[in-house]
Amino acid sequence: MTPDRWVVLITGLLLVVFIVWFFWLKRSKGVRAAEMSGGYQEAMILVKGGYTPDTIIVSRGKPVRLNFRREETASCSDKVVFEHFDKSAELPTGELVAVELMPKEAGEFSFACPMGMFRGRLIVE
Amino acid sequence: MNEAKSPQAIHSDRKPRQEKAPPSELTQHIELSIGGMTCAHCPLAVEKALKAIDGVVSAHVNLANGLAAVDYDASRARAMDLVKAIRAAGYSACAATMRIPIKHMHCSSCVIRIELALRMTPGVLSARASLGTNAVDVEYDPSTVDFEAIRRAIESGGHKVAEPRPADVKAAAEEDADPEQAANEREYRTLMRKFWFAGVISIPVMALSYPDLIPGLREWMPMGSDTRRIVWALLGVLSLPVLLWSGSQFFVGMWDALKHRTANMHTLISIGITAAFLYSVVAVAYPGLFPDPALAEVFWDVTDVVIALVVLGLALEIKAKGRTSEAIKKLIGLQAKTARVVRDGKEVDLPVEEVVAGDIVIVRPGDKVPVDGDIIEGSSAVDESMITGESIPVEKRVGDEVIGATINKTGSFKFKATKVGKDTALASIIRMVKDAQGSKAPIQRVVDMVSGYFVPTVMILAILAFVAWYLIGPEPRVVYATIVLVTTLIIACPCALGLATPTSLTVGIGKGAENGILIRSGDALQTSEKLDSIILDKTGTITRGEPVLTDVVVAQGQSENEVLRLAASLERGSEHPLGEAIVQGAEQRGLSLTDAEHFAAIPGHGVGGRIDGWEVLLGNAKLMRDRGIASDMLTKDWERLATEGKTPMYVAINGTAAGLVAVADTVKPDSKSAIDALQRLGIEVVMLTGDNERTAKAIAREVGIKRVLSEVLPDEKAHEVQKLQLEGKTVGMVGDGINDAPALAQADVGFAIGTGTDVAIEASDVTLIKGSLVGVVTAIEISRATMRNVRQNLIGAFGYNTLGIPIAMGALYPFLGLLLSPLIAAAAMAFSSVTVVTNANRLRFFQPRRVAS
Repeated sequence: MTPDRWVVLITGLLLVVFIVWFFWLKRSKGVRAAEMSGGYQEAMILVKGGYTPDTIIVSRGKPVRLNFRREETASCSDKVVFEHFDKSAELPTGELVAVELMPKEAGEFSFACPMGMFRGRLIVE
Repeated sequence: MNEAKSPQAIHSDRKPRQEKAPPSELTQHIELSIGGMTCAHCPLAVEKALKAIDGVVSAHVNLANGLAAVDYDASRARAMDLVKAIRAAGYSACAATMRIPIKHMHCSSCVIRIELALRMTPGVLSARASLGTNAVDVEYDPSTVDFEAIRRAIESGGHKVAEPRPADVKAAAEEDADPEQAANEREYRTLMRKFWFAGVISIPVMALSYPDLIPGLREWMPMGSDTRRIVWALLGVLSLPVLLWSGSQFFVGMWDALKHRTANMHTLISIGITAAFLYSVVAVAYPGLFPDPALAEVFWDVTDVVIALVVLGLALEIKAKGRTSEAIKKLIGLQAKTARVVRDGKEVDLPVEEVVAGDIVIVRPGDKVPVDGDIIEGSSAVDESMITGESIPVEKRVGDEVIGATINKTGSFKFKATKVGKDTALASIIRMVKDAQGSKAPIQRVVDMVSGYFVPTVMILAILAFVAWYLIGPEPRVVYATIVLVTTLIIACPCALGLATPTSLTVGIGKGAENGILIRSGDALQTSEKLDSIILDKTGTITRGEPVLTDVVVAQGQSENEVLRLAASLERGSEHPLGEAIVQGAEQRGLSLTDAEHFAAIPGHGVGGRIDGWEVLLGNAKLMRDRGIASDMLTKDWERLATEGKTPMYVAINGTAAGLVAVADTVKPDSKSAIDALQRLGIEVVMLTGDNERTAKAIAREVGIKRVLSEVLPDEKAHEVQKLQLEGKTVGMVGDGINDAPALAQADVGFAIGTGTDVAIEASDVTLIKGSLVGVVTAIEISRATMRNVRQNLIGAFGYNTLGIPIAMGALYPFLGLLLSPLIAAAAMAFSSVTVVTNANRLRFFQPRRVAS
């Protein structure tokens, strides 16, 4: 093996390790939804290349209102689906769309775009 | 207020409800409608939540009508507090909203004054005025306060409700209410511009990048010459705007995704094109770095052509995806844009969004009915085909319900709006279809599992391929390794995978809606495909659900019409459905009925009375025996009619048996053909009924059903469904959605036969708006066609990726010496997702098989 081969091999392996760590191993802690005067637990979610924040923490048994605002035109993200709640909403670009849910049991529920490229989690405590 | 009974008085009469029996000066009474109460303990939970509020004197919640009656001390609690408490308990509280335009609202103090004035109004829960829209959004309880009261409140605050200008109404009518479509159109145009730019630049770049292949160029710019280097440098300058402008969405998309620690198609494409671009920059800038001048090749063409093709793919995908939701657009297009409403005694044209419940709406011939409501004046024939699928216009009179989006044919009428905005039947249909289109089919789970890992995996594979080619590949290793890296990144297409299920589902469910079938979820769609067994409720599903007169048999010497006339006259006062059927049957034959004297019901036996001097008895055999009337000569006919599933009754005149009248619930005209079609699809059809075995068997024979479950009590229906499921079958149940709700819920797929207006039947997975069994056949056909389409798409997308990626990595090179060009990879990638969407669009041409009736 020539030195340049060693360099390429080691760089390649390091990159692989970095990809695994960056995309799969690190998870965000999440944001707690604020309890508003209307009795809802509300959180604002920005849809742009993903959901910001992508992890929302809420309490069980209180209605949740997630306000989505999509600021991109990529066709993948034009809808958000809450599979466990049988809910979905269309997200026209630039409009605020509220999704209301009633988390009855604790657990972790994912939400995503129909194609599953954008993912978020709703953690019910 | 002595404006008596003019239509507006209906509004203003309602207001002073809070003054009803006040226990103390400040106590107010309010009734709030509450949604989401499904169980017996729900009212208790709401009451508890309400009573916990400081200031609430008493709270009583009625489950039956969904109303909470609350007495509260207005100085300590506000109506909004009550609503908040109800929401916090997990239920939805009343609250309709409306937006009212305000005249001359210029300053923030105006805003505050209007808001305050509205908040002081009983029944108004919240008010938010905005200078931006020049309007106030009011959340209010429609049963307590109405538009008039809200307008008065605004006027008391010193402001005026802006009259809708005719121009605004017209604008609202013409405005294309689909911002999404407009956004898609813009996106499409931008992408096409980017494509043309990249495409035009690609042509000279392609030609000049391979001078060795083109005779004239080879001599003009030989390998290693300065001319070649300068030309290539210029090509790089040309390609830079392609990379930065045409390819901008890839970088933006990658960056946005990276911030969320995710990767998508954009990540792959941008790494691919950047790698190709950087390699070329190095090759032109530092050719000395390469041991052989042949290695100092440029890949500008890869950058340009890949961008052009993938951008074109994205554009075509947007176009094709727009078509998948055509069905829903048609439904939205049905919505009326304006309404002619009586306000302040004047007729005004309003945008349909501003019509509130309680408004009096005027509909002229040819107009669209704007919202749902009840007719209060006039009559007409209304074409409801767009909602119910019933092609013959329906006669409507005072008190009848009209549905928004239907078309008034002949007369004019006024109606009182009951359901507006998102509550109308059409709006619920649209919402249901949209929800269903957004839901996931279980088959999608495979994709979901893969999609989170797909892109990073491709990146890892591309790196490994690069390393492998660099370590052990043939010379020139750098060039091969780079080509393999770029090709692998570009050929992988996560979009095709992701698009496969949702696009087919959107088209399939939309197709259902076009045929009057509301499929509630992807789950229901997928399960419908696998049904082995369908249970049909007899009454109202196979049959019309209303008995009609079928036969009149007479003893010798009697006239058929006379016997029927007497029987019908006797039953005229009766409210029994069988009696009504006889009366209607007689009226249809044009017989004039007379009143009965001494009418007497003989419980369990029949009825008797005197008509035109005749003593008439109508009832069963026991009645005849008890009265000593010989009826033997009719017994044979009685037996025959009973075997046919009909209900025969004896008629005796002056103590002699005169004949039989038989009534029966008749089979809907298309039931038999629908059941035949189901059996041809390989589905076992079972009939379920509470009727006796003889009637059940007769109907089953008529429509060709072999398996009959008769004499089933209403609450045992769900159990019967379960028994069939225990045989290992996937069971569908078709019923009316109200009495059959538990059975529908128990079945794997519950089909509810709808009645037109009430489409939101909770227990069902599929709602058939047309009320015919043919809908079940069409639903199953649609589900089969859609799932077949989904499978084709998934196989295509998975197959494409599992074949394409190894080939791009060079798996075929050792055997065939075949290596994919990045240009071909780009073309394949761009068109794989377009193919998936196009295949889904094929479903639009699905035609339900016409079941001959």
